[in-house]
Amino acid sequence: MTGTTLPADLTRATAAGLAQALAAGDVSAVEVAQAHLDRIAAVDGTRDADGVATGRAVHAFLHVCAESALADAKAVDDARAAGQTLPALAGVPIAVKDVMATRGLPTTCGSRILQGWVPPYDATVVANIRAARMVVLGKTNMDEFAMGSSTEHSAYGPTRNPWDLDRIPGGSGGGSAASLAAFETPLATGTDTGGSIRQPASVTGTVGVKPTYGAVSRYGLVALASSLDQAGPCARTVLDTALLHQVMAGHDPMDSTSLTGEYPDVVAAARAGATGSLDGVTVGVVRELSGDGYQAGVLRRFEESLAVLTEAGAKVVEVSCPSFTVALAAYYLILPSEASSNLAKFDAMRYGLRVEPGGVAVPTAEQVMGATRAAGFGDEVKRRIILGTYALSSGYYDAYYGSAQKVRTLIQRDFAAAFGQADVLVSPTSPTTAFPLGDKLENPLAMYLQDVATIPANLAGVPGMSLPSGLADEDGLPVGLQILAPAGADDRLYRVGGALEAILTARWGGSVLDRVPDLSAALATAANGATR
Amino acid sequence: MSAISREEVSHLAMLARIDLQPDELDRLAAQLDVILDAVATVTQVAGEDVPATSHPMPLTNVTRPDEPRPCLTQEEALSGAPAAEAGRFRVPRILEED
Repeated sequence: MTGTTLPADLTRATAAGLAQALAAGDVSAVEVAQAHLDRIAAVDGTRDADGVATGRAVHAFLHVCAESALADAKAVDDARAAGQTLPALAGVPIAVKDVMATRGLPTTCGSRILQGWVPPYDATVVANIRAARMVVLGKTNMDEFAMGSSTEHSAYGPTRNPWDLDRIPGGSGGGSAASLAAFETPLATGTDTGGSIRQPASVTGTVGVKPTYGAVSRYGLVALASSLDQAGPCARTVLDTALLHQVMAGHDPMDSTSLTGEYPDVVAAARAGATGSLDGVTVGVVRELSGDGYQAGVLRRFEESLAVLTEAGAKVVEVSCPSFTVALAAYYLILPSEASSNLAKFDAMRYGLRVEPGGVAVPTAEQVMGATRAAGFGDEVKRRIILGTYALSSGYYDAYYGSAQKVRTLIQRDFAAAFGQADVLVSPTSPTTAFPLGDKLENPLAMYLQDVATIPANLAGVPGMSLPSGLADEDGLPVGLQILAPAGADDRLYRVGGALEAILTARWGGSVLDRVPDLSAALATAANGATR
Repeated sequence: MSAISREEVSHLAMLARIDLQPDELDRLAAQLDVILDAVATVTQVAGEDVPATSHPMPLTNVTRPDEPRPCLTQEEALSGAPAAEAGRFRVPRILEED
């Protein structure tokens, strides 16, 4: 019995569709893996011996593990042929952000300081993915140590946006988002410290969720800012995102901040949302997260989404969160402070790069650390470590770090008050569509503003989703809608997101990603071709 | 309160164990000035009575049972070491000469 009709090109299928077809025996896991590996070979481009992207291609992957992917896929097919009952997503391909430790696969975090490092263990998230018998295709590019909003801070060259190869795919998880928009994988993982899942989703026309803080284990993730970091799912549809969310989330004794107790059923919520009805749901529009500084086309799509939510039966009200206007400032003190401490572990002693300083016969450990960190860290990482060291130094600690922590309290209070009036909050995810590569590299502050709407959720630990709300009229590039819910109520994101997606795709006659330009054509014209 | 000098950046770089080049010191001093100016607003919004929040979830002293469990082998633990010797990490000397 066949439950679904898969598209002729398997890379255009959803994860849900693939899972169903695999279970029904309509397609083999090896065929599915091979189709995606072929697509990667066709559009992802090449890297030089030092790992740096060459030529004009997507460059979403830092490392592709074709051999192990096909072996994993074959094992799934064999198990199924032997009559074993397999997990729902068995045989479905996935790309893993390079911030997650993968046993036997390189993990660089986009940094030179970890070039060539092969972890001896799996992050819990990766272990969960393997236990679900999903097929890992490779590791995706990111801003170095997840610091950035464009992937331009990767030591291995930027990822390019499949919508326009001369624009950024967002960051830090631009590799994961671009791999989805380029149909190189149906699912990918991300981490979101200030918007690194949601902003890339927004500018690539994909879906991404930052779960409630503590819902997904941080064990085995290279830490950026431990009180803000949260891993989550990335996909092309709300249901696919929910399916991966359920695999990734769960209590983990290896992470002392892991949530205990009940986890909501996000897959059921996504299915309920897909009926398109939001009767009885109150949606709050955050006054401080739109208006000045937001691109006109972004605001137009946002207004349209509000009309759709009303049409679906939701009551739309305005709420005010005055402290959100200083969230960005608080974040850029808290994050560098925690990062400066977390990144102290890269000391050239136990793993990673070791550089001996010149001009010293027998250097001390301290001199080796100084030389290694100078050579191994990029500009943005150095900038944030120095800023964090400053904010934590005596004499400034109370004024900067102490004040930022108080702002965090105010933000939590604003969220509590807003969720007293509304079930979910909405805003544009990012103030702009994808900007050209290089546009904000010389102006760190302008880059930081990309995350103005996503950062409050991290400071308060609440969950957030970004999903496509259409294309901006002025540039034809994707716009994202952000949905925020109270801590622990991740299911509400999927209910509301599922409804919005159902109505919008019906109106458009398909997904927003049906309108991604034909990459094969774009790449055929590139000088070097694009075969790996 | 901001206005961060080149000398200050140099001192911070020493504390953070990053050997910054002279041109990096100049660039960072200018950039950090702009960033610190922008984030200084945090010092003006919260009054004395507002408590600090260091973490999104109120958790204290989370512990696990103190039981032996499998861990990395010595070989695995040393697998990424820049240098190893006799089953240990080999590190540069930690004391200055003389």
